Amino acid sequence: MTLKSLLTGVAALSLMSGAALAQDRTVNVFNWSDYIDESILEDFTKETGIKIVYDVFDSNEVLETKLLAGGTGYDVVVPTGTFLARQIQAGVFSELDKDKLPNLSNMWKDIEERVEKYDPGNKYSINYMWGSTGIGYNVEKVKALLGEDAPVNSWDLLFKPENIEKLKECGVHMLDAPTEMIPAALNYLGLDPDSKNPDEIKQAGELLSSIRPSIQKYHSSEYINALANGDICVAVGWSGDVLQARDRAAEADNGVTVAYTIPKEGAQMWFDQMAIPADAKNKEEAHVFLNFIMRPDVMAKASNYVYYANGNKASQELLNDDVIGDTAIYPDEATVKNLYTTTPYPPKVQRIVTRTWTGVKSGQ
Amino acid sequence: MEANTAPPKRRSLGSWALISAPYLWLLIFFLAPFLIVFKISLSEVAIAIPPYIPTFDLADGWQAFWDNLGALSLANYVWLTEDALYWKSYLSSVTIAAISTFLTLLIGYPIAYGMARSPRSIRPTLLMLVILPFWTSFLIRVYAWIGILKNEGLLNQLLLLLGVIDEPLVILNTNIAVYIGIVYSYLPFLVLPLYASLERLDGSLLEAAEDLGCPPWKAFWKITLPLSLPGVIAGCFLVFIPAVGEFVIPDLLGGSDTLMIGKTLWVEFFNNRDWPVSSAVAVILLMILVIPIVLFQNQQQKMSEADG
Repeated sequence: MTLKSLLTGVAALSLMSGAALAQDRTVNVFNWSDYIDESILEDFTKETGIKIVYDVFDSNEVLETKLLAGGTGYDVVVPTGTFLARQIQAGVFSELDKDKLPNLSNMWKDIEERVEKYDPGNKYSINYMWGSTGIGYNVEKVKALLGEDAPVNSWDLLFKPENIEKLKECGVHMLDAPTEMIPAALNYLGLDPDSKNPDEIKQAGELLSSIRPSIQKYHSSEYINALANGDICVAVGWSGDVLQARDRAAEADNGVTVAYTIPKEGAQMWFDQMAIPADAKNKEEAHVFLNFIMRPDVMAKASNYVYYANGNKASQELLNDDVIGDTAIYPDEATVKNLYTTTPYPPKVQRIVTRTWTGVKSGQ
Repeated sequence: MEANTAPPKRRSLGSWALISAPYLWLLIFFLAPFLIVFKISLSEVAIAIPPYIPTFDLADGWQAFWDNLGALSLANYVWLTEDALYWKSYLSSVTIAAISTFLTLLIGYPIAYGMARSPRSIRPTLLMLVILPFWTSFLIRVYAWIGILKNEGLLNQLLLLLGVIDEPLVILNTNIAVYIGIVYSYLPFLVLPLYASLERLDGSLLEAAEDLGCPPWKAFWKITLPLSLPGVIAGCFLVFIPAVGEFVIPDLLGGSDTLMIGKTLWVEFFNNRDWPVSSAVAVILLMILVIPIVLFQNQQQKMSEADG
């Protein structure tokens, strides 16, 4: 074999592998379970030729542990704001290349401003969905137990012993998420929901412990089905999840009516943000994916499916009426004013929060 | 000493390689990971990747290595003694594991005994049936128990139908569900070694006992049970040791007040992001388990010496 033919051979080989690479472009996405209309993923591959490997998780803690261990192999991940802030500090993410994201112009300034608290300058992330943590309830059962004037628009429903003790009979679930429940209790006590003061956190813990005997289960996803089937009558839950339960009950036509309420004392507002890990292998493709997600029609499709509000202003005209017109999803001005946000706990306070929560759950 | 009188045998390179294989295995897959976990347990939590300091990087040179070594401390172990939660978790895990092991033995012994006494031709089939559950994922099998045990689940429906109970029993999300889960999941681990030792049992001993007028229950008590003891011990440890550190079963079937060290470890690791403290919890857990393992080893050694 002459040198020339050898070189041609090598060149041909490298060309072939180049072609193979172009064909095999992929993006690895790690998102919350039940959090997208899957046809969006198919559309993305159809339009861009980039294959999507789509994995799901169901807790911020699991995502964060993977990210902190490094080498996750994911190119796009979706942490919640408070977790995102700490992860940015740990150096988990790479800054977005905004030149590659022309669709950023579709985003909603109000939401971007609120996200500043976690991601100053919105440098590392784009908003996917946002929502509130309120109360989901079975309309008939709560009325039957507490009467016509049941305080369904107030945290009194849960935190007043005379109410919760009656509701115990038909089942009450609570999120297994200290970063949601402790602020809710602080807020009810009239304290700063974002308090980092150990004494105040302890007070919140005492309030939560006091109603523990009436709580059937602390879990962050089971309540969707339980509410829809009528197995329980009250759950502290995430807005979109409760609304999914409402729709499942309506579809099943089982005589169960589920409603969601943002209590008048206020509720937590949260933001799920899409970001690119610093060690992502396919950053180019990740940007293409983010840009695709920020298209108004894509974002509208996603919200119409999961019943969460999104941070995309341009998508709003394309939303179904039962999404944009529902104040449980897109609350009015006055309600939004009542929503509070929280910031990450420093490690020492985090330990107190977790320990308090373990105490609430286990009675230890 | 006898060994001095005999000329030392020369081992070939091949046999050395063969002997060192299990040690190499232990070194790579047990000792090295243990040392890494132990080292993390002496570190301090930080907001970084990985979330603790110091991290040893050989590229930094010797001076940095010694500095890092000086930064390690036992503070996390001190912390474990300060909060009763940890001791209660350890104690409750050991208790739950012990009760479950006992229940598994109660159920497993008759099964193994029946298998060993059955006609030789059907024994392979029975053995197969014991192993069969392993063909389905462990997680799915535990999950299936939720459907059986829940308030409107299969068990309650059956009992209500039969008129045994008037109101559904609350089993799911209690310690009873955890016992059921552990007994179910680990039963094969007890039955298999027990079956092996019962099957080897010399039947002529029992015949002799019968000929000499010994009633069957006494023959069982005096002959079968003592001879099957190594199988009982091996089986019990195979159940007890993994049950102490069990996480999946208490998480899926247990209630919020089911305290087990596997769950406490999970909370430390995921919710607190405190890898150093969770490593310390794991090291102590290992210590708790090493004691029964050593006892078991001693027992085995005595047995084999007695046999020899």
